[in-house]
Amino acid sequence: MKSYNLKYKRFGESSVLVEWPSKINESILENILLFKSEIEKKYLNKNIYLKNSYNSLLITYREIINSKAKISELNNIYIKIGSKQKQVFNKWEIPVCYDIDPGHDLAYLEKSLSIKKEEIISLHNSKDYRVYNIGFLPGFLYLGGLDKKIHHPRKAKPILNVPKGAIGIGGSQTGIYPNNSPGGWYIIGNSPINLFNINKTSPCFIKPGDKIKFNPISLKEHELIKIQVESNIYKPIKTRIND
Amino acid sequence: MIEIVKSGLYTTIQDLGRFGYENYGVPISGSMDQLSSILSNKLLGNNDNDAVMEITMTGPVLKFLEETKICITGADISPSINDNSIDVNRVYQMNQGDVLKFGKLKYGLRSYIGVSGGFLSEKIMNSRSMHSNITKSNRIIRGESLKIKKSVKTKTKRTKINVNYLKHFKNNTIEVFKGPEFNKLTIKQKQVLLKKKFTISNNNNRMAYQLNESFDNQLDSIITSLVMQGTVQLTPSGKIIILMRDSQTCGGYPRILQLSKKSINKLSQKHMDNNIKFELIDP
Repeated sequence: MKSYNLKYKRFGESSVLVEWPSKINESILENILLFKSEIEKKYLNKNIYLKNSYNSLLITYREIINSKAKISELNNIYIKIGSKQKQVFNKWEIPVCYDIDPGHDLAYLEKSLSIKKEEIISLHNSKDYRVYNIGFLPGFLYLGGLDKKIHHPRKAKPILNVPKGAIGIGGSQTGIYPNNSPGGWYIIGNSPINLFNINKTSPCFIKPGDKIKFNPISLKEHELIKIQVESNIYKPIKTRIND
Repeated sequence: MIEIVKSGLYTTIQDLGRFGYENYGVPISGSMDQLSSILSNKLLGNNDNDAVMEITMTGPVLKFLEETKICITGADISPSINDNSIDVNRVYQMNQGDVLKFGKLKYGLRSYIGVSGGFLSEKIMNSRSMHSNITKSNRIIRGESLKIKKSVKTKTKRTKINVNYLKHFKNNTIEVFKGPEFNKLTIKQKQVLLKKKFTISNNNNRMAYQLNESFDNQLDSIITSLVMQGTVQLTPSGKIIILMRDSQTCGGYPRILQLSKKSINKLSQKHMDNNIKFELIDP
């Protein structure tokens, strides 16, 4: 694995921010996640919390820290990461019904992008997306890989009630609303699955670094899966991927 | 049990927060002014992390259906038991049927009611801190009853309140560290940021405090990055937003400053139109 020139910054009294080059790409993401898992292994069961984004990693300690000492400790972990270390990620199939009301903006996008509805749908579900980060709302996935042809600016005014499971396009991103919430993305479909479950030890089954693929389903299948999800018998389809 | 006769303006149950779930997008939450919530628990002989009730500006009316001890800290909202006024920062015995009410806000913004052993509202991901999409409700609701720990004899402390504790409400200096994008500001911008007095706008809640003054800003947004409780963000329109306890886990605005832990507590007691001044404590 490629080694990057990292920037370490003290962030408040108890955190260290590590920064990678300010670009969005999958090898940076994998490098961040590898460093993250090495730190987790090293500090097992200690009061330390980690979160990552596209090109940074935040390490927060419960106590007030000597940032210089922590930075050199962290950098020692980084430089020892072997070049052959592999990480295992999953690829998840996310069922999406593109033929559902309410909150459907496909007709608007068809005109605004001058691309036929069927073409928008097929561009949206023919590619894999990488999960870079989970944030903004509990269970909200930041996905990379939306086809340039269907990038579209957000709505000028957010709507107040985007339904749970709505699949939207906002700028260069696509995503799934994990719960009912206000939102400014153009909605093109709905997924019946539960992305965030407070009763699970690990509330999201999808992790940063995983891939997802949208799998088109009919309205009938949407109804069925919704019932399976509610009765807790639905199992999302996954395959293992090695990076 | 404690019956909620009236809920007050914005009343929630909080402990010190929900740790370890941020990478699922779950905010930490926790009591806004932790200096005060911990003080209440300490005076009652509780653990620092026991759940307390956080009151904002206007208090609830609570009817105690069983006996316990209480201690109110933080803002002074003229509390009374059965219409007899009581002191803040002092432990009182509550008997079955006693009614706790509040009146006029004297100082501060957020008040904390601690009970012996803490409130026993639902615990989700190791925390009782209320938050929408995590707990069933994001605040307490009129007509509901809240479980509390069964009264046991605990040693309450007659700690003398430090004089500095009152300064916590009056003083308007907010201690800050440089944020990750601080050095992208011009010398002039840095000077304005650290010399000017800012006022708190009416857009302030558990998630964030926005300041009234506009700031000349040429900084671009950054790729969605990581933020924390106390991160000071500069928006494209030149507004300053300080993230508080219910802060989102990530954001795309330049992070120009970071509040010290002490200052997050202090800011939590400020309200609309209060002045604040940033003071850099970076070595």
